[in-house]
Parts: sequence; C-alpha cells; structure tokens
Amino acid sequence: MTTAPRAVRRAAPRSRRSATPTDPAHALLPAVEPVRMLDETGSRLPAHPDYPEPSTADLRELYRRMVVGRRFDVQATALTKQGRLAVYPSSRGQEACQVGAVLAVRDTDWVFPTYRESMALTARGIDPVEVLTLLRGDWHCGYDPAARHTAPQCTPLATQTVHAAGLAYGEAYQGRDTVALVFIGDGATSEGDFHEGVNFAAVFKAPVVFFVQNNRYAISVPLSRQTAAPSLAYKGVGYGVPAEQVDGNDPMAVLAVLTRAVAHARAGNGPYLVEAHTYRMEAHTNADDASRYRDGAEVEAWRDRDPVTRLEAYLRGAGALDDAAVAAIAAEAEAYAADLRERMNLAPAVDPLSLFDHVYAEPTPQLREQREQVRAELAAARDTEGDA
Amino acid sequence: MADTPAVKTTMAKALNAALADALAADDRVVVFGEDVGQLGGVFRITDGLLARFGDRRCFDTPLAEAGIVGFAVGLAMSGLRPVVEMQFDAFAYPAFEQIASHVAKLRNRTRGRLSVPMVIRVPYAGGIGGVEHHCDSSEAYYAHTPGLKVVTPATVSDAYSLLRAAIDDDDPVVFLEPKKLYFSSAEAVLPARTEPIGRAVVRRAGRDATLIAYGPAVPVALEAAEAAREEGWDLGVVDCRSIVPFDDATVTAEVRRTGRAVVVTEAQGFAGVGAEIAARVQERCFHALHAPVLRVSGLDIPYPPPMLEHTHLPGVDRVLDTVARLQWDDQPDPRWLPRMEGAA
Repeated sequence: MTTAPRAVRRAAPRSRRSATPTDPAHALLPAVEPVRMLDETGSRLPAHPDYPEPSTADLRELYRRMVVGRRFDVQATALTKQGRLAVYPSSRGQEACQVGAVLAVRDTDWVFPTYRESMALTARGIDPVEVLTLLRGDWHCGYDPAARHTAPQCTPLATQTVHAAGLAYGEAYQGRDTVALVFIGDGATSEGDFHEGVNFAAVFKAPVVFFVQNNRYAISVPLSRQTAAPSLAYKGVGYGVPAEQVDGNDPMAVLAVLTRAVAHARAGNGPYLVEAHTYRMEAHTNADDASRYRDGAEVEAWRDRDPVTRLEAYLRGAGALDDAAVAAIAAEAEAYAADLRERMNLAPAVDPLSLFDHVYAEPTPQLREQREQVRAELAAARDTEGDA
Repeated sequence: MADTPAVKTTMAKALNAALADALAADDRVVVFGEDVGQLGGVFRITDGLLARFGDRRCFDTPLAEAGIVGFAVGLAMSGLRPVVEMQFDAFAYPAFEQIASHVAKLRNRTRGRLSVPMVIRVPYAGGIGGVEHHCDSSEAYYAHTPGLKVVTPATVSDAYSLLRAAIDDDDPVVFLEPKKLYFSSAEAVLPARTEPIGRAVVRRAGRDATLIAYGPAVPVALEAAEAAREEGWDLGVVDCRSIVPFDDATVTAEVRRTGRAVVVTEAQGFAGVGAEIAARVQERCFHALHAPVLRVSGLDIPYPPPMLEHTHLPGVDRVLDTVARLQWDDQPDPRWLPRMEGAA
C-alpha cells in the first residue's frame, strides 16, 4: 500500500497546486524538490510558477543583514573562546534561514526562537548584548519580549510551537492580524510538542508559520534517526497543514517561500509548515566536537553552497551590488562586531537580591524571608572582606 | 448582597458558578480543555458554559494536555486569561514540562516583562473508587516548582472564592479540586468571597493538639477531631487552603497555642507537602512543642485499586492513633526505639 503515495509524489508537477484537485491531501503536499531560485553559483534559475522574485531592495537588505549576522556569529564564537559567554550555539551556514525568515515578518508579528536563533534576533533589530544575555549568563532573557514581539529563546525543544499556536489564536481572537513565526530544528520535530503545536494550530486555524531548519544533525544524531518521512515538510499533511520545502542555503528562495507562507497565515488560511534544507557549519556549540560524528568532506561540500557568497554573486551579476557597496557593508559588520566586543568586555552588573524579583507578581512571605537571609549573608561577607 | 439567603449547594456547582461569574465579569477569560464544551466536563464543572457564553469562550481542544497548557501560555501572552481543565490528576503529567519549564518560569526568565496568568484546574486525589491513573495526589510536584501558586479548597464557599481569586490572580495557579468533595454539599451564599489566596483558616479551635490539613484531608481531620472528644482530646483543625504561598503565620499561631501538631494529608507521605509542613512547624515552634510534629498520610505506594483504597487513605482511626503518640506521658515512641542487638 506504500506505492500509492509514491506514485502521487512522482507524478506531482513542479507546481503541485494545479494538479489532482480531487485529492484534498494533494494540495497540502510540498513540491517533490525543495524550492530553489538561485543555483550554487548565484545564477538565477528559471522563474518559479508559485514564487515571484523578491524585490532587489529586499534582496540587498537580506544580503546586508546576512553579512552583519555572520560577523556577529563569528564574534560570538570568539567571545566564547575568551570566556565572555558560557556557551554559544553557532548558526553559521544558516544565514539565509536566520535572516530570510525574520525579514518575511513584520515587527508586530511574533517570533518564537530557539537557542540557535541569536543571528535571527539580531537581524530582527534586537540589541546583540540583550540577545547574548542568556549565553553570557547574567540573566535568562535579556530583551523585552513584549516590546519586541519576540518570545524568549527556547531551550526545551519544540515546547514553543504550542505557545506560538496559542499566541496566534489569541491575537486573532482579539481582532489583530498578527502572524507567529516559530523556529525549530530537525531534531525537535521528533518531540511530542511539535505534533501538538502543529495540530492545535491547524484545528484552531491559527496564523502560525512553522519554520523547520533541517540542518541535518540534532547535536550528533543524523536526520535518518529522527524520521522515516520523505522529508520533514511531509509532516504537514497529517495535520491538514500545507507545507513547502526550500533550499535553505538559497536566500532568495527562503525569503520568497517564507513571504508566501506568512501571507497564507495572515490571510486567515491557518498555519503553514516550511522545511529548509541547510547545514550547521560549526559544531552544536563550542562545547561539542563535530568531528566525532561527521566527516570533513561533508562539511567541505556544504561550504560550496554558502548562502552569503551565493546571494552576493547574484546581486553583483544583477548590478545591484558593487565593490564599494560590499566594502561598506563589510565595514558596517566590523563596526557592529567591534561595538559588541567592547560592550561584552564590560562585566555586567548582577544583583543577587534580584533573584527574588519576578518569581511571583508579589514575593511570597517565604521568599521575603529568604531574601532577608541572603541580604544578611551578603552583608556578612562584605564585613569579612572589610576586616581582611 | 447581605440579605442573599444561603442555599444548599455542592462544591461542583460552586466551581461551575465561579467559572460562569468569571466569564461574565471579564472578557479576557476563556475556558477550555477536554470534554468541557458540549459535555460540560466529566465532572460537569463546566456544565452550561458553552451554551451561555458560546464556543469562543468555552471550547473543547484536541486530546493533548501539553498542548492545552502550552496553548494557554500563548493565549496568556496575547493578553487573555485562560482557565484550563486537566481531566484527571494523572492525565496532567504530559503537561508537566509546559508547567514546570514555561508556566512557572516565564515571569522570572523575562524579569517580569512577560507573565502568564492562568488557572490549571486539576481534579485530584482519591476516595471515589476510581481505577488506576484517576486518583493521584499530585500536589507535591507543583508545590515543589517555584513560580506556581497551588491552591486546594475543602469547602463549598472556598471552592467558589478561591477559584475566582485564582482567575483574578496575576500569577499562574494550579487549582487542585478534591474529587471526593465535588458532590459534598453545604449551605452557602454565592458569590462568596472568603479570603485571598495564601490564607489558612482555623476550621475548629482546640486546646490539646492541632490537626493541619488541606483539600480532601480536611473533612477527615474534622471527623477525627469530633471523634477525639470521646477520648478526652480537644483537637483543633487548620485548613491550609493554599499550599503555595503557605500561611506559616496562621498555622504556627495555632500550634503554639496547643503545643502539639499532626499533619494530615491524603498524599503519600515521603518527600511530600506534609513533610514540608511538619518541618516548617518544627523549625518555627520548637520551644512551644511538647511532642514532635507527626504526620498522617497515605501509604508510600502507587495509588491502590478501588477495592483496596480504604487501606491506603488516612481515616479517623489512623489520625487518632497518631494523636495518641503525641507524648502525652512523655515516653519514647516504642516504634522508633533502636533495636537491641540479639533481641528476639
């Protein structure tokens, strides 16, 4: 019985939306191949029937933020080596996904990031010091989620997918046209909460875009141990959610596919699932050794699919970028990194007594007692220091 | 309002009235969960809410507890006030990660910039002849999680008042409803407002010893105190009502008066809320105590099958046996004497 869906998939034309309208599941299936608009050298592929090319201005902005984002990522890795950050999960190689996705939403939309989305958050305009607060360790979430419409970076995998469904439903319930964009990785699609999040969003027709960055590894475990599905985008059909897969290292395609997915959700059509095929060029974090589970040849092959050089080549070819513009953007990235470095070199102020703030709206009697105890401990420690 | 006559009603009806009044009072309140719509909940706590308020305000969800609580997190972030129902105590466990990692922590993680006020209603504990996975006393899991308030009523009036207070509260509240008391009835004036969350109440004043209880153990403690009169003991009963925040002041004031205390909980005892209460009382009342604070609890076993649950549940006899060991004659408790080497 497994042959039937295979036959459908093989038969699917490049644009699935015109085919077999009698099968409701068919309209939900992703295209057989990931959407691509630029080849690996940055040459424009034939026009895609479903995805108009983003404007040159948007592509230039995408390029600018990707260059700055990559420089940020390199700087954060360096800060980790210097001991300024407790840990840093790099998203190098995933710049098209990190930046393309946030460019596709408005400031008033909500973003639900994971711990690997530092670059996406800086691309969204959040102060990089606030983004790195979690990883520096002076607090958990450094930015104001309510003001930035951005949930705290989520560490428990896939749990934020359900929050996105609820937030999107709640916004629509109150008459606002907010879309929720939720980032998750390939490993997190195995978590039960991913299933529940997509299912809730579908049942309640909540405007959510589930954006899966399939970077091939969940720390060390390869995709083949996460799923037997043809690709992760095929998970949508089981929930009644349309899905698409995209070349995650093709910045133009990522922006085009996400833009369409966000429009689908905002128009009241319910959630949308996008799988981006990409690759994590660095280890899981600085504490990980990727050479234990993947070989150098594989990494090198992905280096040839670099999203930043791909978009740069396209923009140069299109006459939208020249040496001077590239140099100006590189200089902006250097200045961004220098400012970050300088501010991260300042020791952050931490106040032990602030530990008791915001556990509850008002501290309980028990927390007030413990706060007094800590205050006395700190005073005693200061006196001891004074005596020494 | 003062002239409203008291009527005989049940805890289930009082909870239903509290939900209806909260929905009517605040547009932000939404009630959802499994079978809470057309059916009115398996215990009928949401009976009639769908018909009265429509399916935007009271609705069924997919059968997924982590999803229900996680969805509530998102709704609360958007400015709504979700009230969710977990169908039974043990069925709430799939939601535990959402509760422990997100519901409890979001305010703290974001320095107060986000908060997720919500009520998670959990029918809990046993005594109803339920088959396995329907009768767990799960309060310790929640009480051990900073950031949650944990409340459990023992009377009809408190059920109404505490649920309204929980829905109004700016913090997430795990609202534990003792199943065996759902259909207990009492004269009550609704809408009732007893006291805010965090206040214990002295249900019965006593001179000789204080029984400390909450939720399903409160009627047991009251019954034991009544029976103790025949044995010549005048026992008081404190109903904690709120496990978090805990009302140390009311509890310790009573124990200082009597000098003896027994904590009565239906839950298994080891590492439980009863242990915490006993430790707190001991620490705070040491010089007023004539005996160690003792505990009466369920057994440290998985909740038993219906035909054996009466052995597990603490009853009047177990309470009175424990009261008898409160050092009335200042002799060591023989159960805890070190065993003699070579003794038969």
